[in-house]
Amino acid sequence: MRQISTRTIIDRIKDSAMRLNFELKEDVLSSLKDALDNEESQVGKEILNQLIENAGIARHDMIPICQDTGLAIIIAEMGQEVCIVGGDLRSAFEEGIRQGYKEGYLRNSVCHPFTRENTGDNTPIIVHFDMVPGDRLKLWFAAKGGGSENMSRLFMLPPSAGWVGVKEKIVQTVEEAGPNPCPPTIIGVGIGGSFEQSALLAQKALFRPLGTLNPDSELVKMEDEVLEEINKTGIGPQGLGGRITSLAVHILMMPCHISSLPLAIDIQCHASRYTEIIF
Amino acid sequence: MDKVYHLEAPLSIEDIECLKIGDMVDVSGYIYTARDAAHQRFLKLIKEGKELPIPIEGQIIYYVGPTPAPPGKVIGAAGATTSYRMDPYSPALLEMGLKGMIGKGRRSNEVKEAMVKYKAIYMASVGGAAALMSRSIKEASVVAYEEMGPEAVMKLKVEKMPAIVVNDIFGNDLYNEGKKKYRIN
Repeated sequence: MRQISTRTIIDRIKDSAMRLNFELKEDVLSSLKDALDNEESQVGKEILNQLIENAGIARHDMIPICQDTGLAIIIAEMGQEVCIVGGDLRSAFEEGIRQGYKEGYLRNSVCHPFTRENTGDNTPIIVHFDMVPGDRLKLWFAAKGGGSENMSRLFMLPPSAGWVGVKEKIVQTVEEAGPNPCPPTIIGVGIGGSFEQSALLAQKALFRPLGTLNPDSELVKMEDEVLEEINKTGIGPQGLGGRITSLAVHILMMPCHISSLPLAIDIQCHASRYTEIIF
Repeated sequence: MDKVYHLEAPLSIEDIECLKIGDMVDVSGYIYTARDAAHQRFLKLIKEGKELPIPIEGQIIYYVGPTPAPPGKVIGAAGATTSYRMDPYSPALLEMGLKGMIGKGRRSNEVKEAMVKYKAIYMASVGGAAALMSRSIKEASVVAYEEMGPEAVMKLKVEKMPAIVVNDIFGNDLYNEGKKKYRIN
């Protein structure tokens, strides 16, 4: 068994929480610059320029890109030959978040659903565990903002809907969201699985860097087709009209029940903040 | 870009009656922050006939829950939050003379009608450009509901905070017009 100490895990989560929020990922930044070349609207161009400038200020001043520094989500793939020492793993994740959000002056954005009382330390966090072969622990850590998350949707479609129906639902979801999720957005799509699995697929689809091809050539075509339709809507940067409504559509798909066609659409704003941590 | 209109908050009707959707503005002066939770409390006070913790007449409310101020800074990141969550509460504040709202995203028909009726505007600032926005904020102090953390109500002194007029006093909506202009088929 390979041992991994909770101390190391806490430190890495803490550092990542701060870095994610201060430094816009390079793939997102270069995608925004490409968008600037393709945007026809003057207002749209001005907005993209502001976002690029914002990323520079955030990195330089060590101040968050967005004031919504997010709800922490960790998707953990735990090797079967890993042994965690020094405490329990979930508590280590939460301690890392607690320390990172405090030291980085990040916003605590977690509250009671009804009283709206803030929990004060950005916990609890959302954790999904999976067991895999091997002796590594791999974490996908995302800081998710509420504005775009609120516009995400899940549909249990009839199988007869097919690809045409799926495509229509994705475009309709983006249209209804309009300016609310801070376009230009990145659209994570999960097709198949089950009710909850489709949502997890959609989230995982967002963990692919912008500008990289889907390894499944069937999905590459589908992604291109939906993105083209989305960018015909005219919503544009911040919904003020323009060509670039979404930067990319990323799809993950798996088999599903013979009666179902689950579809989850995870709308991610331009401030896409996630990282892969491997121990 | 086209002409930029300078607004000095608090506002008068004369300041905003010349503004139309798509106009770029920069806001200076004193404005107040409030999100959903604060609005909910304001409405409760109004219903009970009690005084609000901030003045409303002529004021601008900025929908923001900033990050905490790091040492040596006035405020942390401070970009706009999505405005529709304030829709159930805004008409009552507009009736009391609120003249401007800054946020991002669409407003309800009720809010848009109230903006025409009571003559007020809604402006959008770029959502997610929170580090950039914080540079326009020169002073910040909590004036109510400190226990709500990031949702506390703050008074901000701002200098040339950039925004764009989305709903004017004539009932126009830039989100509809902008989309129509660039829609294909």
